[in-house]
Amino acid sequence: MIDTIFALSSGAPPAALGVIRISGPRAQAALRQLAGRLPQPRRAALTELRDAQGEVLDQALALWLPGPGTATGEDVVELHCHGGRAVIAAVEAALAAIPELRRATPGEFTRRAFINGRIDLAEAEGLADLLSAETELQRRSAMALAGGAVSRTIEAWRERVLSASAAVEAVLDFADEDDIAVLPADFAARLADLREEIGEWLERPRAEALREGFRVVLAGPPNAGKSTLFNALVESEAAITAPLAGTTRDVLTRPVAIAGVPFLFADTAGLRDDTGGDTIEAIGVERARGELDRADLVLWLGGEGEGPERAWEIAAQIDRPGHADKVAPRHRVSAVTGEGLNALRDDLVRTAAAALPRPGEAALNARQHRLLGDAAVALAQAELAKDPLLVAENLRLVRVAFDALLGRTTTEDMLDALFGRFCIGK
Amino acid sequence: MARAMHSFDIIVIGGGHAGVEAAAVAARMGARVALVSFDLDAIGAMSCNPAIGGLGKGHLVREVDAFDGLIARAADAAAIHYRMLNRSKGSAVQGPRVQADRKLFKAAIQAMLRAQGDLTLVEGEASALRQDGGRVAGIDLADGTALAASAVVLCTGTFLGGTLFRGEERMTGGRIGEASAQVLAAQLREAALPMARLKTGTPPRLDGRSIDWARLAEQPSDAEPWCMSAMVTARTNPQVFCAITRTNAASHDVIRANLHRSPLFSGAIGAQGPRYCPSIEDKIHRFADRDGHQVFLEPEGLDTHLVYPNGISTSLPADVQLAMLRTMDGLERVEMAVPGYAVEYDHIDPRALRPSLEVREIAGLYCAGQINGTTGYEEAAAQGLIAGMHAAAQVLGRAPAPLDRANSYMAVMADDLTLHGVSEPYRMLTARAEYRLRLRANNASTRLTPLAVAAGCVGPGRRAWMARRETARAALDDALAHEVSGTELAATGLPVRGDGARLPLREWLRFGGVELDGLSPWIAPEALADRWLAEEAAEDAAYAPYLARQDSELRELRASEALPLGDAFPYGEIPGLSREMVERLARARPATLAAAGRVAGITPAALAALLVHARRLAA
Repeated sequence: MIDTIFALSSGAPPAALGVIRISGPRAQAALRQLAGRLPQPRRAALTELRDAQGEVLDQALALWLPGPGTATGEDVVELHCHGGRAVIAAVEAALAAIPELRRATPGEFTRRAFINGRIDLAEAEGLADLLSAETELQRRSAMALAGGAVSRTIEAWRERVLSASAAVEAVLDFADEDDIAVLPADFAARLADLREEIGEWLERPRAEALREGFRVVLAGPPNAGKSTLFNALVESEAAITAPLAGTTRDVLTRPVAIAGVPFLFADTAGLRDDTGGDTIEAIGVERARGELDRADLVLWLGGEGEGPERAWEIAAQIDRPGHADKVAPRHRVSAVTGEGLNALRDDLVRTAAAALPRPGEAALNARQHRLLGDAAVALAQAELAKDPLLVAENLRLVRVAFDALLGRTTTEDMLDALFGRFCIGK
Repeated sequence: MARAMHSFDIIVIGGGHAGVEAAAVAARMGARVALVSFDLDAIGAMSCNPAIGGLGKGHLVREVDAFDGLIARAADAAAIHYRMLNRSKGSAVQGPRVQADRKLFKAAIQAMLRAQGDLTLVEGEASALRQDGGRVAGIDLADGTALAASAVVLCTGTFLGGTLFRGEERMTGGRIGEASAQVLAAQLREAALPMARLKTGTPPRLDGRSIDWARLAEQPSDAEPWCMSAMVTARTNPQVFCAITRTNAASHDVIRANLHRSPLFSGAIGAQGPRYCPSIEDKIHRFADRDGHQVFLEPEGLDTHLVYPNGISTSLPADVQLAMLRTMDGLERVEMAVPGYAVEYDHIDPRALRPSLEVREIAGLYCAGQINGTTGYEEAAAQGLIAGMHAAAQVLGRAPAPLDRANSYMAVMADDLTLHGVSEPYRMLTARAEYRLRLRANNASTRLTPLAVAAGCVGPGRRAWMARRETARAALDDALAHEVSGTELAATGLPVRGDGARLPLREWLRFGGVELDGLSPWIAPEALADRWLAEEAAEDAAYAPYLARQDSELRELRASEALPLGDAFPYGEIPGLSREMVERLARARPATLAAAGRVAGITPAALAALLVHARRLAA
């Protein structure tokens, strides 16, 4: 018997309302036990929720949604409770006391929706992003993915590849038919169009950038003012939680949202070539260099022109008398007086927003990117191939990639396209 | 009451292309076999078009041949016209096809069967299956004779509940002039096997003497001396040419004016016909914009005047058929020997079969050929081979040859049939094989004969031939591993960059403009003595990068092929499997996880759920 799961599916309390969702075969029984009755399906009903001792826990709106036409494909109950911490905790405790009910693990509702065929892989990935979205930009991009924008696009591409495959297969399997002995004149051009469209998607910023934030690394020699600036940049903002937060001895990272744009700031150990035989520091420097390689942007606080390519020259500590000023810094700042900080922040937000997926634009994650990349390569080879058999094989690889993105199989679909379009057979 | 009881290991019912291969392979494996047919003289008859092979079909012929089957050798014995279809395209989709003289073909098949030991030909009508506790125990003949056997292979073709249609006429029977096995059909219906109905058709037969050949484009037999069977080295018959004509606006007018008299359009035939082989009335109805369709005029034999007009299968009334024929170039004064007709027939839903073609509900009963919803001699022959081999392996307690989608078209077909069922008569197409780059018609021996030898399906003659061939292949492989530099190649005038990089000869073959002939300075002439073997090696080299890329796909496939689901897999109890998925899977009952992945509409999520559950069950 499959477990029935429940979880608070709205934001963390306290809030005006707290929505607790229950999914699984025991959802109906759970609702009967708490509310004492079963409302009509799909009608919100005002109920009193009571625990096993008959104690009233809350007055709540209850929704009974029988499967499989639900978000998870299973029987679902939604309890719209008052959003106080104590109320939510009490209702959850009452649910947990019911046999075969347990708290959902992270992502479990999505997984059930996927397993029950309610959403496809691309949508499931979008939902996962949505659940972990903490900034407005992340949320809007995840919404686009979960809404099926990527799926719809790939679906349309798949149709075009099916039709191209059908044309090649007609040439291969029905060579004796007089009107389909050769490929249409615009065949390669049609493949090239498709490849270019996929290429545009591949050039877009990736979803990971949104989830992990725009990576800004502060670098420079020891005592250049990196940590002070780092603190000024992160501490004035509400720190957002993420597993990435944490310190090592040498690199301190912190995710921060500025004006709704996700950032990940990293403060590196001072970069010195001569580590004086200190092994631990040598490892730290090694890590700092790795950090620089992964950076989307480096703020360079060291000597002018000595930083990595494309780093922003920052003149820091301008409040200090006798600070080493730069001739042409991008910004002059003092973390202590706050001078120049707003200008730096605005510049960072503008730069990051341009480099991240636009609001509402679906972004591809690494897996989707790789598969679409495979598809684009195979399309390019199909354009070049002289042997129609290799054209067909490359188109098959494109279909394999699309199918992996959507979770479909295609040989029969291709044959349908083939027989629907051509008059074949002797 | 049975008059007498004869005992065999295996009984094959039906002497068509499926039946003869099933009987012959089982006998080659050492089982005692009876082949039962209404009419022993009809064994090996070609009931429809006088051709063997073609695109996809030619692959099947070569694969059956690689198992030492009969069809390719009989085709060579009867061939009066050889044509390699798709000659200009990659060899993986080239389709060897011959026109075969019906009499010669039948004679060759019958001679091979008579020469085969352990094989008894029994004339009679199979009237009923004998069963013993859910297992097949033999058959009864209409005359009361009982035959005992541990396995029965049904290869009854369209004889099962067939009805002929021609215009307003209706006849019962599979082919014109033969009775249909109505009793057995009724028994199978009672056994609650899922049955469905399909239709197929045949064109009229023409009198060749009334065709004006001089006006038509000729198609000569291929000059290149290839043969259908690996064991046949030379062509034996005089070669004839075919001709091409086409339908035109006048032919289409005749058909349109009489569509209401066609049983296809009057609603008399409700069953689904093949999309790839539509009747001429279907073509004209569905593709109204086309102003003509090609018609191949194929001679039926050396000592007959009959000509088969390929491309105009029809069930219009005979007078309309003749009027339509006479609108075409070269056929203005044609005489029709037999008018065309459509056949509607029962078939078993092949999803009731295991991949071995054994009926899941009746142990020991196998079905092969048109009875499973396929069309074509080649498809029938290949199924006969699969069913006969599995039946014999079961009876003899041996392992059958391991066939899968990556090593044979035969397995592609058996897998498609038993997983997806059929919605139209199933025909082999190269497009159905995902791994067709490795499944070439010309490498069938390399792919399959070693497996066939291990399974005991191959006679001594071919075993010796194969051993010699493997030695030659090893020598050629060694020769192609020899490394030469671009400079050396360029010095002989080959179009490669003349730098010092050394590559094995086989890799140079991937470069445009480098052919095997050009590499002869580095290969001993003995290694190239077998030109077919040399061609095969050159193609392997050319496709090598693609084959290597498919290897990872195949590893995944074979890993999930190794996870059995079994007949009793409890789909209904698997958490997270939607009702729709349960329904689809329960109907197809895939044998392995990989097969489940090929069931139409099964999502990766459902597969993940199956995987988890199958592992849990296995643990």
